[in-house]
Amino acid sequence: MYDVTIVGAGVIGCSIARELSKYNLNTCVIERSSDVASGTTKANSAIVHAGHDAKPGSMKGKLNAKGNAMFMDLSKELDFPFKRNGSLVLCFHKENMIDLNHLLKQGEENGVPDLVILSGDQVREMEPNVTDNCVGALYAPTGGIVCPYEMTIALAENANNNGVEFKFETEVKNIEKSSDHYVIKTNKDDIETKMIINAAGLFSGDINNMVSKNKINITPRRGEYVLFDRTIGDLIKKTIFQLPTKLGKGVLVTPTVDGNLLIGPNAIDLDDKSNLDTTREGIDDIVLKAQMSIQMPFPMNMVITSFSGNRSASDTDDFIIEEAKGAKNFINVAGIASPGLSSAPSIATMVVDIVTEKLVPNKNLNFNPIRKGIRKFREMSNEQRKEIIKEIPEYGTVVCRCETVTEGEIIDSIRRPLGARTLDGVKLRTRAGMGRCQSGFCSTRIVDILSKELNIPRTEVTKSGGNSILLTGKNKQSL
Amino acid sequence: MQEYDLIIIGGGPAGLAAAVSAKEQGIDSILILERDNQLGGILNQCIHNGFGLHTFKEELTGPEYSQRFIDKVIDLGIEYKLNTMVLDVNEDKQVTAVNSDDGILELKAKAIILAMGCRERPRGALNIPGARCAGIYTAGTAQKYVNVEGLMPGKVVVILGSGDIGLIMARRMTLEGANVKACVELMPHSSGLKRNIVQCLDDFNIPLKLSTTIINIHGHDRLCGVTIAQVDDNRKPIKGSEEYIACDTLLLSVGLLPENELSRKANVKLSKVTGGPLVDERMQTSIPGIFTCGNVLHVHDLVDNVTTESYTAGKNAADSIKGIYKTGKTVEVIATGGVRYTVPTTINPENIGNGIDVRFRVGEVHKAAYISVYFDDTREMHLKKKILTPGEMESVKLTKAVFDKYSDCTKITIKVEKE
Repeated sequence: MYDVTIVGAGVIGCSIARELSKYNLNTCVIERSSDVASGTTKANSAIVHAGHDAKPGSMKGKLNAKGNAMFMDLSKELDFPFKRNGSLVLCFHKENMIDLNHLLKQGEENGVPDLVILSGDQVREMEPNVTDNCVGALYAPTGGIVCPYEMTIALAENANNNGVEFKFETEVKNIEKSSDHYVIKTNKDDIETKMIINAAGLFSGDINNMVSKNKINITPRRGEYVLFDRTIGDLIKKTIFQLPTKLGKGVLVTPTVDGNLLIGPNAIDLDDKSNLDTTREGIDDIVLKAQMSIQMPFPMNMVITSFSGNRSASDTDDFIIEEAKGAKNFINVAGIASPGLSSAPSIATMVVDIVTEKLVPNKNLNFNPIRKGIRKFREMSNEQRKEIIKEIPEYGTVVCRCETVTEGEIIDSIRRPLGARTLDGVKLRTRAGMGRCQSGFCSTRIVDILSKELNIPRTEVTKSGGNSILLTGKNKQSL
Repeated sequence: MQEYDLIIIGGGPAGLAAAVSAKEQGIDSILILERDNQLGGILNQCIHNGFGLHTFKEELTGPEYSQRFIDKVIDLGIEYKLNTMVLDVNEDKQVTAVNSDDGILELKAKAIILAMGCRERPRGALNIPGARCAGIYTAGTAQKYVNVEGLMPGKVVVILGSGDIGLIMARRMTLEGANVKACVELMPHSSGLKRNIVQCLDDFNIPLKLSTTIINIHGHDRLCGVTIAQVDDNRKPIKGSEEYIACDTLLLSVGLLPENELSRKANVKLSKVTGGPLVDERMQTSIPGIFTCGNVLHVHDLVDNVTTESYTAGKNAADSIKGIYKTGKTVEVIATGGVRYTVPTTINPENIGNGIDVRFRVGEVHKAAYISVYFDDTREMHLKKKILTPGEMESVKLTKAVFDKYSDCTKITIKVEKE
């Protein structure tokens, strides 16, 4: 019997898992995909919002700035990329400056520090490529950027290291209530648990509705993005938002922690939660809107890829973090749309407060807060490179030439706790295949390494688990 | 820091021919750096024949063609390092490379030849909408799986783009047991060689759908189909012409891009048209002592042309090391009127011996047209061509005698003319 079972291994589930591992609790995370960070966590703006957007008094308003403040320490303990690059909300019309003031007041009420309103010229002094049409902006120095999947991988590895169990490709089919515990029916074994934390993202409504009469409806809201090559990654240094108007929320332009340039998202409500298609109209639309912020035309020949992610929009447009009605010890962490990533650390502490109040566990005295990431060849000095190649010769073989990822890093990504099992798993952990050739050259090598390390034939290696096989058989097999 | 006379980056057909040529010119201190585990470059996976008709007057497979040069490199005792990735090159001709035996290599050369080749344009660069499922490969990646690893990337195939690798793979996949449903090309003409369309599509009854593109990709885990549509003159999909094709594999053959990340690090000036370095008559880039040849310079149609060009680069790099070349007045070469670019873009007539081949490609198909060469405003050459297509590289030979005739000329213009 588990004390706590967390459904969902996204940034929320893994943040909670890591926070719970500070206590002597028998904790388990179950995830329907083959890896952590497979849903909304994988594809979003990767922004740590300062916290001025949410209505004061709402869950979002309470948790965003608080979560933001926890990122620096967390990124140091867990060794994931985070940068406090600051953010600007651009205003394009004099008559909207009043709304900018309103945003500043709202941010201050939410506890966002150091907000200041800048003139158009001050903005361009800070960011010379911002459009001449900008008449002013709200500057939030605490705004940041993060790699959401590296963060989630780090949280999960650290939780695992501190005793949390992870079960992948485990899908919840039903939840039965017993006298003092729950039985989770899955596509694999039944799981008995005292408490359930529902962090199932897009599917958190479905999970809640298995146990509670108080139904939750989650709408998948698609956001499409366009990613540009690093060559223009320094077009701007801060995250550039647009002041929301009657015409829409606007589109952001931001550097990523990996040095690329990202624009997006739009917002389209869908029926199908697993639909991650990008559309021609969507991409055209975000490029057009993002262009409003930037003076020079976007170099479309520098586009590496486009992608989309689905946010979990709740009907109340706020986070739902509470015990489900009529389901004791079943805690919903649902409707975690933006600023969910920014709030993940504070959501985790809030949920853990609920759990510890109920289960009153002892502290885990062996808790080790430190997790070391994969040592990145591309970030090393030549002296460090010489050292590591002496120690691990595989660090001398570059597999992904666009992102300069070595065989040593790929092997580490597979061998470490909760290691990569798929091509995408390697990609998320090492960046191999994320560059301008989009894995054209390195995918054959990575399939070889996965096959060797996992001791499976190459025809069983998948892109992302399930039926996503890459190779269908030997030559002439079907003749 | 170890010093060489000549460092060649890339051990494919371009790098090998350049090395042989420089060695034949008396340069002994040469190092070839190759990132793969064998010399020969992309030819190693091109197991079809048709290589070498010009160079060797016989039809060879890719590996046979490259082996002839590998043998020469070994016979001539030219040093090379495999599994070695160049991390940095700078204007002072210092090269930083890495492999697991030597660790970090810090090298310096009197001359460098950039011969890194090209890469395929991936899906992301095209922004094709739809699902991100398994089963989508560039034609070259599929070629490596099938021809080198003996593994099939799929069973039912649609090919987007009609570049040569895509055409070759249509035939290869068919021969290995796959069902190739169609080859879909956005343009009203193929970007591949005529002989490949005949031998790889027509002979196997694979339809080539021109002015057609893929507008959606379907599938969750693995690809299950694509939607194609015809496009209008502005290359926009025509409503009502959509057609769904069930398939588990999509191969992309939508263009090759010279791989110039290292050239950029060395501050080499690049052409906006080809993406490759701008070169003079000696195949020298904007940085003195840094030369270039092969697909990193501009994408070639035939490897024989790569070989010829690389011999020139190797000889000139050797002359540069020996200090035997002329500086002085140069003539600008301008591509216009249907000609997309030229290699080279400047010529110093004193360095061309008896003459020079200027290579170029046209942007669209021209039937019964002329290639004209103007020396300043005088049309000196007017060559009738039955057909000019973007898929085939063209060249004109400019002799020393013509340069002598126009000794005051400052610019040469090459264009396509109707009459």
